Amino acid sequence: MSTNLEIKVEHLTRVEGHGDIVVNMRDGVLEKAQLEIVEAPRYFEAMLKGRSFHEAAIITSRICGICSLGHQITSLKATEQALGLEVSEQTVLLRKLLIHGAALQSNILHAYFLAAPDFLGVGSVFPLVGSHPEVVVRALRMKRLANDIGDVVSGRAVHPITPVPGGFTRIPTEKELLGLKQRLLDDMVPDFLATVDTMEALAGMIPDFTRETEFISLRGDDDYALYDGDICSTDTGRVPDSDYMAMTNEHVVSHSTSKHCKVNRSSYMVGALARWNNNHDKLCDVSLQAAERLGLKPNCHNPYMNTIAQVVEAGHCALDAVAIIDTLLENGLKDEAPNQEPTKFGTGIGATEVPRGILYHEYTYDRKGRIAKANCVIPTGQNLANIDDDMKKLVPEVINESKADITLKLEMLVRAYDPCISCSVHLLDVDFIE
Amino acid sequence: MANKPRVAIFDFTGCEGCELNQLNFEDQLLDILAHVDIVEWREAMDDRPGEYDIAFVEGSLSTPDCIKRIHDVRRRAKVLVALGSCAVTGGVNAVKNTRPIEEVREEVYGEDKYLFPTLPALPLSAVVKVDYNVRGCPMTQIEFLKVFTSLVMGKTPVEPDYSVCVECKLKENECVYEKGMICLGPVTRAGCEAHCTSVGQYCTGCRGLVSEPNLKGMEEILTAHGLSVDEAWKRLELYNANQLEGVKG
Repeated sequence: MSTNLEIKVEHLTRVEGHGDIVVNMRDGVLEKAQLEIVEAPRYFEAMLKGRSFHEAAIITSRICGICSLGHQITSLKATEQALGLEVSEQTVLLRKLLIHGAALQSNILHAYFLAAPDFLGVGSVFPLVGSHPEVVVRALRMKRLANDIGDVVSGRAVHPITPVPGGFTRIPTEKELLGLKQRLLDDMVPDFLATVDTMEALAGMIPDFTRETEFISLRGDDDYALYDGDICSTDTGRVPDSDYMAMTNEHVVSHSTSKHCKVNRSSYMVGALARWNNNHDKLCDVSLQAAERLGLKPNCHNPYMNTIAQVVEAGHCALDAVAIIDTLLENGLKDEAPNQEPTKFGTGIGATEVPRGILYHEYTYDRKGRIAKANCVIPTGQNLANIDDDMKKLVPEVINESKADITLKLEMLVRAYDPCISCSVHLLDVDFIE
Repeated sequence: MANKPRVAIFDFTGCEGCELNQLNFEDQLLDILAHVDIVEWREAMDDRPGEYDIAFVEGSLSTPDCIKRIHDVRRRAKVLVALGSCAVTGGVNAVKNTRPIEEVREEVYGEDKYLFPTLPALPLSAVVKVDYNVRGCPMTQIEFLKVFTSLVMGKTPVEPDYSVCVECKLKENECVYEKGMICLGPVTRAGCEAHCTSVGQYCTGCRGLVSEPNLKGMEEILTAHGLSVDEAWKRLELYNANQLEGVKG
């Protein structure tokens, strides 16, 4: 048993971006337990200023390679609202299909490549190629298909090309969409069920840790809200997305190049677990059955279960992607050009559920169609305060374990959030709150 | 077969999209692993060993810590390959270099600007010797595999030094200028098989300039099509701020 503990994990591995875990306990008193963000700042604010509306989404997708599709769609929605550009039903359906592809790719990557090695006691996915080849091949097959949705519909999965303000520069063909649908049904659905089997075998190793917190995600009336909806808090219910500033309250803290957020408590959580807690009633039966087998219950306050919520959601994304393709084909694909004739120049907000949680972009355009002001609030930035609060509760609970075990639990905790640190150190706007 | 080459992958200031594209080699990843040992890769694994044969490096250099780390990587690597626009030209990060650095820092961090040291965003080649480039934002998997197989086979990878227009013409695409859009293809280095212009988008110049860009010629095409030369320069700056520094005069 130790009453003095010092942990410093520099440049934490198997997460996107650069962060350090720092814990200090002296004479049984916890002095520090936090995730320090050391990612080099990127200055996106400086890049966006004065840029044409054609460039906004091209630039913001470069905030992060992993989340590029999410930034792109959110950016397009903000630009379209600011410029009064209406989009067609086909455009919305194609974007929803892209969001499912990106969520599948990201959730699968996280569960198999970044999180699973912890449960199997290895340092990366590579040793699993030898020990569990069929699992690795399955993961790669799922990721390939998810990426192919991006390649087919948006020209390229990482930094998509064809989604532009007002629509798409290229519409996928019927044959391409039918090909995706067939593979979703033949490969993705069985692979999803096998994934649930694999995760069921590992789920018993998920640390039993609970800390009550606030969960925030989108919520809509019709579907499992990813593309749009109201902002919904488990504490205070629904508000429109125009209230996003009050639902984030970004503020500066000294140990992070990324800002922190809070609403009704000292912290809140966004991401798959927040979506589950707010919207599990909108999931399809396949996902609900998976949740039951994996021990994921409504109103879950164990952050380690975020990985399980990501897996559960993947089943919904696969089946809803099939439904969207059916609707697109029933409606008949139209070779429409993007609507790029602005009807006004003002301010617009985009709010989208991306894999790591709710993402906001807001732009103000001048009369020449150039960006005068920009703000982005990133899911990982919103989760940072919640991660720190979790660590502060977790460390005293596990203090009797070995330093190696405590470190592993802390690393697993941070990885469970699937943090995207490149994103969180985004464009850091001007005002500092004293 | 001789010992497998030891490969390491590093990231500096960037979006990690190029690295993600390596995890996206679903069809080839297992074959790649049969030919090399990946010994260090923070985004995907825990290990941190000593020396390696090939280092693939993503991102630009933009803090004092980056400069220290890249020298360390260079010392430990026999061959160093720059991956993607940020590493090759400084990429989008270099846009900040076009404005006084103090102004940019103040705009972003206010009076706390001295908390977070920054430098102009530099390509790797500004600080250490780079042996090969894989261009693009993100780098394409096809080009990465070309460079990768060349190196594993002990050959020298070759980069094209002609413009994207050449590849675009070979694809028989309608010229982007004819559609009334600005396009940076005439001065941008090929190798992407004109991917963006083939799916209806303009060339954003993400691969950097050819070694002798005919900027005057591009201005003439822009003017002939009634498009704004100033706007084209601004768009060119997005990926080429460092290179244009020398050309503009």
